[in-house]
Amino acid sequence: MVKFVAKDLNIWFGQVRALKNVDIEIKANEILSIIGPSNSGKTSFLRMLNRLNDLSPGFRMGGWLGFDGEDIRKIDICGLRKRVGMVFALPLPLPLSIFENVAYGVKMHGERRRPKVCALVEHSLKQAYLWDEVKDRLDVSAFKLSGGQQQRLCIARTLAVEPEVILFDEPCSGLDPISTSKVEEAMLKLKKDYTIVLVTNNVKQAARVGDRTAFFLSGELVELDSTEKIFTNPADRRTDGYIRGEFG
Amino acid sequence: MRKLKEFIIDKLIFICGLASIFFVILIFLFLSKEALAVFKYVSPVDFLAGKRWYPISEPAQLGILPLIFGSLMVTLGAAIISIPIGIACAVYISEVAPSGIKEFLKAGIELLAAIPSVVLGFIGMVTLVPWVKRIFGLPTGLTALSGSIILAFMAMPTIVSIAEDALYSVPKNYKEGAFALGATHWQTIYRVLLPAASSGIVAAVMLGIGRVIGETMAVMMITGNAAVIPHSILVPVRTLTATIAAEMGEAVVGSEHYFALFAIGIVLFIISFIINVSADLFLHKRS
Amino acid sequence: MSNTQRSQKIAFFFLFLATLLILVPVGLIVVVIVQKGLPAINWQFLSDIPRQGMRAGGIFPAIIGTFYLVFGAILFALPIGLLAAIYLSEYAGNNPLNRIIKLAIVNLAGVPSVVYGLFGLALFVVFLRFGASILSGSLTLGIMILPIIITTAREALESVPQSFREVSLSLGASKWQTIRHIVLPNAIPGILTGTILGLGRAAGETAPILFTVAAFYLPRLPKSIFDQVMALPYHLYVISTQVPNVEEKIRYGTALVLLSLVLFMNLVAIIIRYNFRKRKKW
Repeated sequence: MVKFVAKDLNIWFGQVRALKNVDIEIKANEILSIIGPSNSGKTSFLRMLNRLNDLSPGFRMGGWLGFDGEDIRKIDICGLRKRVGMVFALPLPLPLSIFENVAYGVKMHGERRRPKVCALVEHSLKQAYLWDEVKDRLDVSAFKLSGGQQQRLCIARTLAVEPEVILFDEPCSGLDPISTSKVEEAMLKLKKDYTIVLVTNNVKQAARVGDRTAFFLSGELVELDSTEKIFTNPADRRTDGYIRGEFG
Repeated sequence: MRKLKEFIIDKLIFICGLASIFFVILIFLFLSKEALAVFKYVSPVDFLAGKRWYPISEPAQLGILPLIFGSLMVTLGAAIISIPIGIACAVYISEVAPSGIKEFLKAGIELLAAIPSVVLGFIGMVTLVPWVKRIFGLPTGLTALSGSIILAFMAMPTIVSIAEDALYSVPKNYKEGAFALGATHWQTIYRVLLPAASSGIVAAVMLGIGRVIGETMAVMMITGNAAVIPHSILVPVRTLTATIAAEMGEAVVGSEHYFALFAIGIVLFIISFIINVSADLFLHKRS
Repeated sequence: MSNTQRSQKIAFFFLFLATLLILVPVGLIVVVIVQKGLPAINWQFLSDIPRQGMRAGGIFPAIIGTFYLVFGAILFALPIGLLAAIYLSEYAGNNPLNRIIKLAIVNLAGVPSVVYGLFGLALFVVFLRFGASILSGSLTLGIMILPIIITTAREALESVPQSFREVSLSLGASKWQTIRHIVLPNAIPGILTGTILGLGRAAGETAPILFTVAAFYLPRLPKSIFDQVMALPYHLYVISTQVPNVEEKIRYGTALVLLSLVLFMNLVAIIIRYNFRKRKKW
């Protein structure tokens, strides 16, 4: 089953063209890794999928982007973002307690029944491997957690609204190796129930967790194939060069 | 339901966003509505250039030139006092003052800004006015000079805080560059920082002067309110603002006097409009 | 000592002198008012009506009048000002309309206070037939403090990190939900600061209320918003210029009460701002 289809997708921020004629399909329940040097358009592409680019000044899009076969521009934007969650590069807890951080999205979607909210919070924190570390201090400020814990809290917060797709935007860029492996572990477990799109600067991370890997360069999709193929026998010379660290 | 609520809130926010434009226009309209009627009695030229302001004589003489001169003289005096002191103080606070007392000095400036003008007028009346009278051996201390001094104090908080902002926002590497070339701190300030912050400082001065021209109560209490063209800074004068404040209470609604006071209001409105728009342009030139 | 160093010393000395020239008089003004006004302050002065042609008795009606006016002004200006600030910070992009709005705010802030008085007279007192009343005065003061509230509230809203908004939106919250649950709660101290500064300004202004509400002498409390009231700043003006032979003590006492009221509000605003900066979580 195909979750997202992009056909001839182009986007601009003012005069700057950030994506050029991108054609891509994202399948359900896969982890798609997107790699590429900075300014390659990979984050811009990711932010297309839940329309966060709409917030940027001067944003325009051309071409087609479909989610479950529907034009992404025609779907109710709040509904779309509920179904397509996002974990940002830096841990970004809201200035609320741990519990309220996870419960935030749930409440915004109108769930007011306390037991239901509590159950969702607990379940989400467990899925993000954070429950055991925080279950005794759910009402302390989220800023009291370590960086790695904060990032897993953000994952739990995203899970709590029960999305279908989770977008990870360089989720481990600010984390130490141990925290990184915990986040990666969580991602691999989540694959079963969710579609995951992972943008990463870390080529090795893409190799470790991705089912398929896409390589972006200067706003273009250079190559998309199974992770194994990309890392052992890429079709494009530029892909090979990037993976071997010749540039980027 | 959520959609409808959001729609209503969005529209409400948009309408309130436009409120400032709405009020500026409303003020202008209502002032003009009352002010234009005065030109049935006096031509615009005679109004602006007439040398006699005798609004309650028969027939009324409605020339505001003495009032314009009164305002100009008081404003000029206040500007001469407040601009150098204000800019110097801004430089001291932003560049020279040790960081420990910086906040304290700023609080002092904010304190001055917070004192109501009627309180400053009162203090001026009971302290400054007798001093001026004694020092210069005048029949009265209620003079343009007294007004200028008090008004200088009302302009200074504006000048200091905006000029200080302008100095503060000069990029740090300008300063470091000058230091690296071996300039002293003071050379850096007047060769690099002051020129770099000049448009912000000009804006600060303009807004300070705008505050002075519009100031009412303190001026009314200490300038003596004589509506004649002043020939010295040591005689009583009457400003545009004080004329409105002092006479509106007695003017009959719908009389030519009433309309004339609104016409003065329009003059003030236009002056402040010009000052604020050009100060804003100066402030945005920077960025 | 070299020449350049000497000239720096001299220059800095003059800069210091200029600073003293501003701050010493400010200190003196406050000290003198406190020193000469304090003897007048007692319970009777604060709670009694003015007597003997305002040469004795208290200033209670003026205090109450000022409270009514300030309260009315904020009641009008806060909702409009806050929503306008939300518009500027959350909705407005960089288009010509918003440039005009900002210019209008700057202008509104620069309109002379006596011109506000004229405007209030023409619109509220005469045209809308509210008469000289609390309603007219409060609305006039409200429009006057609108730019203060908009500017400070907007700064407070804009200081909330953009990332919080993105997070909230990315969870599927709507724009208004994001503003209501994330942006506003984190901007409250700043908004409060602006509101209190506006209150202080409204409490101290005389010219806007001269023709719209202020009563020369009215030794009773208002019964409705269509009544006139006395007000502290106007009362100070009256007893220092319009009524002969008022005891100095009473004048200074009135000045002290007005000054304390205004400075107290500013102090509260500064404390809120200070605490907020100290405890800021991001």
